[in-house]
Amino acid sequence: MSVLPSTRIYEGTRIPHPVPTILEVDPEKHRLDDILRVNFGPNHPSTHGVLRLVVDLDGETVAGIRAVIGYLHTGFEKNMEHKSWWKSVTYAPRIDYVSFHANELLYVLAIEKLLDIDVPRRAVWARMALAELNRIHSHLVWLGTSALELGAISLFWYCFDDRDQILDLFEMAGGARMHTRYVQVDFTSEARKFCDSMPKSVDEYEAILDRNAIWLERTKGVGLLSADDALALAQSGPMLRSTGVDWDLRKTMPYLAYDEVEFDVPVYGNGDVYDRYKVHMDEMRESVRIVRQCLDRLDEMDGEPWIADDRKVVLPPRHELHTSMESLIHHFKIVTEGFTVPEGEVYVAIESPRGENGCYLVSDGGARPWRVKFRAPSFAALQATATIVQGLLIADLIAAGGSLDPVMGDADR
Amino acid sequence: MSAYASVPGVVETREAFGERTLVVDPARLVEACTVLRDEHGFNFLADIAAADYLGWGEQGVAGYIGTAAGRDLHVPGSQGLARVPDPKPKRFSISYHLLRVDDEPARVRVQVWLDDGEPIASVLPVWPAADWFEREAWDMMGIHFEGHANLVRILMPEDWEGHPLRKDYPLGGEPVRFSDED
Repeated sequence: MSVLPSTRIYEGTRIPHPVPTILEVDPEKHRLDDILRVNFGPNHPSTHGVLRLVVDLDGETVAGIRAVIGYLHTGFEKNMEHKSWWKSVTYAPRIDYVSFHANELLYVLAIEKLLDIDVPRRAVWARMALAELNRIHSHLVWLGTSALELGAISLFWYCFDDRDQILDLFEMAGGARMHTRYVQVDFTSEARKFCDSMPKSVDEYEAILDRNAIWLERTKGVGLLSADDALALAQSGPMLRSTGVDWDLRKTMPYLAYDEVEFDVPVYGNGDVYDRYKVHMDEMRESVRIVRQCLDRLDEMDGEPWIADDRKVVLPPRHELHTSMESLIHHFKIVTEGFTVPEGEVYVAIESPRGENGCYLVSDGGARPWRVKFRAPSFAALQATATIVQGLLIADLIAAGGSLDPVMGDADR
Repeated sequence: MSAYASVPGVVETREAFGERTLVVDPARLVEACTVLRDEHGFNFLADIAAADYLGWGEQGVAGYIGTAAGRDLHVPGSQGLARVPDPKPKRFSISYHLLRVDDEPARVRVQVWLDDGEPIASVLPVWPAADWFEREAWDMMGIHFEGHANLVRILMPEDWEGHPLRKDYPLGGEPVRFSDED
């Protein structure tokens, strides 16, 4: 890891004390009589989902803030404890519905770590291609909604047009627009078409925003966060990389086959909303690069198995059910009872579009998870709210809050 | 193992699934965490995960024999795994997943064991990121963190009763509104 040498965002720390997530009104800077307390959300069009911000305003200046979450708490972790392992997989992508594939991948990787199972390389590369497509998908949603919040409506439609193409690819891959089970033949050729068109789209979006005086005015120097504060608040992903810290789990602690593909990790050093936007844009280009390499490798692996060869865990091929007694038994037992996972605890983390996405799993050796805990990057990102909004105007609060890229399903679970 | 010899209060070191776990005496948690941060470079608190082991390994028989309460899918099944899991020292475990964001990246899990109602010192002074993670553990599991300046519920409503992720908290434990009792 290295920190960009030019990085000096602000001196010292801005994390509030004693509670790092609550910015109290400073009576020396503001007259308490002038403070107006306003609720932003939980139902407000400019907050990302059901996020509630309790804001203390002095005129138009943000003097105090407190983020309140939990309005989308769904009890996923509790529910997953009551489902068999393979049924609980369907819960994972619904936690963070924007980076659905990252969550599903993470959960499956954690189970596979406990099972110590060999995943065929073709599946690994397919997962990687889908993970990167999902990253582009997530960044497009972020870009579109963030620009929308600052008044640029047309970009939202462009982004969602491209997003739709990605969902089409997911549909080809798994039969559903938000699930992946297998990849059909058509997928690679269509994905190549997308890889050809996507970099052009990113260039266009960047041209639209980078030459837009309003966008520049409202994002540059807004929502500052220093590298030290970002690490202390456990910020990851684009948040951390915009503060000058060169940290990406795909590079530093590689999983899947990320050590076999070529890509760069974009790092910017001003720690503001604009740099977070630049990180997102560059990451989309890098993701396209990775997807291309994955597709090349997938073509080479044509004909190899997609799925692991372990009948205690994997459903037998459909055609065997008519001829093989053992296959029928295995199928029956996996479907009714589910497979069992060896006793133990693991923590697996991947670089989701939003940063470090972790899953802590405990198994007692039975057919259901004993404990599932997701380390949600949105949850961690929202902890930085009170640090990045200091001294901002209320309109900039929207830009700064949006740049945290929170998905409330992810934060509340 | 010797790499963490300087960490105070370590009662057990485990290595499983390629992950290192340091089980720490609850009374010396903050001390141990400070050393891990300052001397071992663990500058990033990735997560705090609490787990409830109430009823761990106490379930009935497995297989296709029906019981009065219905067939229990959570016991070692008939697929070959028939081992009662190792007992746990206390009811709750809290796992602090630390990450070293550095040129030599590493992960380590610091674990403490607690009984119901037993408090644990907050690591908020060590890593500010602990704020919401500890609030979540309090809300979901009822772990009391001493020294946390704002230990209130975070995901459930402020007036909620009980801690939903405890094993003795039933699924569907939410009272039904506008039922006959209202």
